[in-house]
Amino acid sequence: MLVLLVVFVGIQFVPTTRNQSDTIPETDFMIVNKVPNNIKSKLQASCYDCHSNNTQYPWYNKIQPIAWFLEDHIIKGKAELNFNEWDALSIRRKASMLRSIIKQIEKGEMPLDSYTLIHRNAKFSEEDKTTIIQWMVHLKNNL
Amino acid sequence: MKKVKVTTGILAMSFLSLTAMSCKDAKNENNNVDGQHTEMNANENHSEMNHNNDDGHYNVEKKEMAVGNNQDVNAEVVLKDYFNLKDALVADNNAKAKELGAALVKSLSTLNVSKFTDAQKAELKDIIEDAMEHAEHISKSPIEHQREHFKTLSKDITDMVAITGTANTLYQQFCPMYDKGSAWLSMNKEVLNPYYGSKMLKCGTVKKEIK
Repeated sequence: MLVLLVVFVGIQFVPTTRNQSDTIPETDFMIVNKVPNNIKSKLQASCYDCHSNNTQYPWYNKIQPIAWFLEDHIIKGKAELNFNEWDALSIRRKASMLRSIIKQIEKGEMPLDSYTLIHRNAKFSEEDKTTIIQWMVHLKNNL
Repeated sequence: MKKVKVTTGILAMSFLSLTAMSCKDAKNENNNVDGQHTEMNANENHSEMNHNNDDGHYNVEKKEMAVGNNQDVNAEVVLKDYFNLKDALVADNNAKAKELGAALVKSLSTLNVSKFTDAQKAELKDIIEDAMEHAEHISKSPIEHQREHFKTLSKDITDMVAITGTANTLYQQFCPMYDKGSAWLSMNKEVLNPYYGSKMLKCGTVKKEIK
């Protein structure tokens, strides 16, 4: 028990990189696509923590090993899709991405359950899903 | 004393969260049909993947500096990998499809585009970039995901062939049932469905002959 306690206290001193930025680049999904406010706020709350350059960190992010867990999620999330860099993608990639976004929202694969467990407001209702998917389909058809 | 209490509290909390996480992992593993086997393959492919990725970037950089490289491949090699991948999906073989996804990442990354016009090069670059993403996902996903990515990959490869051409006769086939209708390419006229495999092997029709 004592060993565990020492390890636990010890790992608190290991630094993690925080995903934070003050500026929103011009390539951002919301700017480029003039996303309507109702959808914008949903995407911001449900996607942007892991899929942009700016995370709204929860207080417990200061505690290891939770911080590592979050850091890992954010790195993977951004590698997959970074909404801030949307316009740097080719039209073909955008279409592919939108297809994946639509699929994953439809199937409830995104946002992740482990995320919505804590961020209750990030969960999409059936109504949210329909609105967002319709809008994404429209965007995809007009690329 | 109070401090100890707080620390123990935090400790208990982190344990709880860790337990929650491992529960989730366990659930994921159970979802895999062949549990550990898949897991092992995923790891193997992962290291292979990294290796391929390095190769890819290396070659892309090289190409930008000096056009022409003995190790570059033509579209036939990409097509060969694509057809092998298609056959693995027809056979419901997740592990084999992973391997072939990785092979496809490699052949796509070394595709020689030097003999094409600038417009074609630009188009091919976009196609290759997108196709590589899908192939990469295929190299580390369960079979349902592999099939989803295979759909867009098939579109990319079809667009690629429209530019590069091929020495063989290909058949564009189409299954109206999978995801509101999905196409793929085959070397044979006979329809063997990569989206459903043994579940609906013969579902689909030949839409077009490509020469």
